Amino acid sequence: MADAPFFPMSREAGCPFDPPRHLREAAAEHPVSRVRIWNGSTPWIITGHAEQRALLIDPRVSVNDRLPGFPHWHAGMERIAPHRAPSVFNTDPPEHTRFRRMMTAPFTFKRVNAMRAVVQEITDDLIDQMLAGPRPADLVEAIALPLPTRMICTIMGVPWEDHATFAAQASVGMKKDVDAQAQMATFRWQHDYFVDLVRARAAQPRDDVVSDLARRVTDGEIAAEEAAAMGVGLFVAGHETSANMIALAAVALLEHPGQLAILRDCEDPQVAATATEELLRYLGIVHMAQRRIATDDIEIGGQTIKAGEGILIELASANRDPRVFPDPDVLDLRRPASAHHAFGFGLHQCIGQQLARVELQVVYGTLFRRIPTLSLAVPIDKVEFKHDGIAYGVYHLPVTW
Amino acid sequence: MRVAVDQDRCVAAGQCVATAPDVFDQRDEDGVVVLVKAVPDAAEEDDVRRAAGVCPALAIQVHG
Repeated sequence: MADAPFFPMSREAGCPFDPPRHLREAAAEHPVSRVRIWNGSTPWIITGHAEQRALLIDPRVSVNDRLPGFPHWHAGMERIAPHRAPSVFNTDPPEHTRFRRMMTAPFTFKRVNAMRAVVQEITDDLIDQMLAGPRPADLVEAIALPLPTRMICTIMGVPWEDHATFAAQASVGMKKDVDAQAQMATFRWQHDYFVDLVRARAAQPRDDVVSDLARRVTDGEIAAEEAAAMGVGLFVAGHETSANMIALAAVALLEHPGQLAILRDCEDPQVAATATEELLRYLGIVHMAQRRIATDDIEIGGQTIKAGEGILIELASANRDPRVFPDPDVLDLRRPASAHHAFGFGLHQCIGQQLARVELQVVYGTLFRRIPTLSLAVPIDKVEFKHDGIAYGVYHLPVTW
Repeated sequence: MRVAVDQDRCVAAGQCVATAPDVFDQRDEDGVVVLVKAVPDAAEEDDVRRAAGVCPALAIQVHG
């Protein structure tokens, strides 16, 4: 255990799309191993695809972050854990099932696909605006961030004029290393924002997610703090992750022109859908590992995880597991990649995944057809990657055409 | 082929509907799986196996 490497570890220079070499090798050779984290503890890290699936569906693996020994992301998350109301993010069944079913209705496959025309219209508008503006443009500000932000604001009923302030607060806590004081301050701000919004919607309901949560509070089904926790989680997860996937995929495709041509030269939505799954697999933007704790001894991958030990499920490395994806480090938009873990696996798999898919399918299928001359306006080594982020991506992406 | 679903296990990820839309549906009120066709057509069998494989809750059982 003394030689357990520190996690998170850095990506190799010049390999901005690949998980750190140690994790990629671990996925193939020792899928269950130990790492050292910020507080000096040495939880297990799970890098193999099959081992992740087994543990993410195992009832002896808990997301209860109040249990002693839970391997928090950083000091900030440890600080706020006792203050976070129960929600899908920190409970196990049967409590989790009750919360999850309050959140899923707006994100069903059919509900989300009924919004595809709206997503297409917003995407076309954003591209028109970028093309009418100066060159170079920042693709993050022009398209990657506004599209998912508009969608989640509309679905949830978060006023558009509030999104920038909220996003600035949320970004404080979206770093790999956040101190307790900073995390507590932004946690309280975000919590209070949604408590106020729930109260406003309770008084004047609309057809949106926050109004639905407000009704459940009024009916005594959930507490206001629980509604706020769900609101914060949905909003944070709903815009930054898709934004990262849009901008990072643009960098990857501009660096792989043969792959970009597949999307540029084709109008078949099935091609964009298959490509989306491969980009989700290859880019693996959730790279800080999902945090869990064992509530009983578990035999897995030739190791014994003891009750009370922390478990890190490093999703991006499973997406490069050669036992599941041949030549895993090759970006191949035509491969069947839907077994990826980009949205996780098990009971906590991403609630908004069908919305993310529609957004990504539309953008990937539109951007390069509308702007076939799109190119980076700076050398790739000048692009600012989110090496310090909980979710990987780029801070800005200067592009021209 | 015969298909069965476990609504208690379902987490409403929507993967089954995305993969085999004529065999699976989701309840409007909470997205929980609804089995449309317990005996899929031969042409749908591959999609149903794929749907069972990507279900994050392992809530789809396929026999035969």
